[in-house]
Amino acid sequence: MTNRFRYSAFAATATLALLWPLFAWAHEETGQAAGFVSGLTHPISGLDHVLAMVAVGFWGAQLGAPALWALPVAFPVVMALGGMLGLMGIPLPGVEIGIALSAVALGAMVVGEAKPGLPIAAALVAFFAIFHGHAHGTELPDGASGLYYSIGFVIATGLLHAAGIAFGMVHERPNGPVILRAAGGLVLVGGLYFLWRAIG
Amino acid sequence: MTNRTRTLTAAVLGAGAIPGIADAHLVNTGFGPFYDGISHLFVTAPDILVVVALGLLAGLRGPTTGRTTLAVVIVAWTVGGLTGLALAPPVVWAAATTVTFLALGAALAVDREVPTGVVAALGLGVGLLHGFLNGAEAATSGIGLVGLAGSLSALAVMATLITALAVTWAQGWTRIVVRVAGSWITAIGILMLGWLFRPGA
Repeated sequence: MTNRFRYSAFAATATLALLWPLFAWAHEETGQAAGFVSGLTHPISGLDHVLAMVAVGFWGAQLGAPALWALPVAFPVVMALGGMLGLMGIPLPGVEIGIALSAVALGAMVVGEAKPGLPIAAALVAFFAIFHGHAHGTELPDGASGLYYSIGFVIATGLLHAAGIAFGMVHERPNGPVILRAAGGLVLVGGLYFLWRAIG
Repeated sequence: MTNRTRTLTAAVLGAGAIPGIADAHLVNTGFGPFYDGISHLFVTAPDILVVVALGLLAGLRGPTTGRTTLAVVIVAWTVGGLTGLALAPPVVWAAATTVTFLALGAALAVDREVPTGVVAALGLGVGLLHGFLNGAEAATSGIGLVGLAGSLSALAVMATLITALAVTWAQGWTRIVVRVAGSWITAIGILMLGWLFRPGA
């Protein structure tokens, strides 16, 4: 590891640490802290969301650059469009089914180590991102700040992707591809369970 | 400019000018108006997001663009702030401030080469708008010129640090991290617009 890499990593971490709490805690008005915490916990409070988010990271790690970073760039933006629909009260049919299907589809991609072109991979991820965003958007708690809720759930989603990518780096190790495909299998099974629940 | 572009521009500007809910607000630090002004920047998410996005965008374009944009945004924020302080309009253009950080976040995520003049012009617009609203709030909340000076000091320090960091992050994986941060800022902006235009807002 070079010094430049170390310094950059330290600077990035220090900046994030400096900025992070300032969004949430230093307010006298009500709703900001509650909104931020609700947003931050919402994506990790549902296993169906978690499975799909980490699977995006797994798949990105299998696909390598540029998908490795293009998918986590595309996902939050399209998810936000879904969230905007939810916040504005515009209904989207089959949200729960869409979320479950996202885990099934992304898990299957990881199990099969599918390597479509970047546009197809990005389109698939973006399509499912709308359902996740809509669910987040419709579940903004009463009285919470929409801005801080949004900040919270975008950060949480991004960190889940990062966790998926970090685990996905096992792909570069001996037996790593098998381990990653097995993890994709767990996502697929979990997705099927949530799909069964959503339909039933 | 075609009619369609003109109509779209007018619609965006019109939407941006709709007065919204006050997300910017003041914290009483107990240390006086200067420190209240400093804290104001850090607890006003649209201001922080716009400073982060602009600083990263300018820094990624290199030291020359970084320095130019930094100078422009600080001067523009000061001019806007003094104007807002003098006029003290009781409005908060929440949609406009949201559009600014959304657009800067998108520019950051896309990461296309743009001339220094364009980035500096973005800094000019952002500085005038956010500075004006800061000045207006400093006037209506009673912290006045001293509070505005605190806010400007915080802005100058934050913008300088972020721009300088971004210059060092322009190569390799850190550039990708910055682009991902841009997509997060864009996403927050899109969601914020949804919240501003939700039924019953």
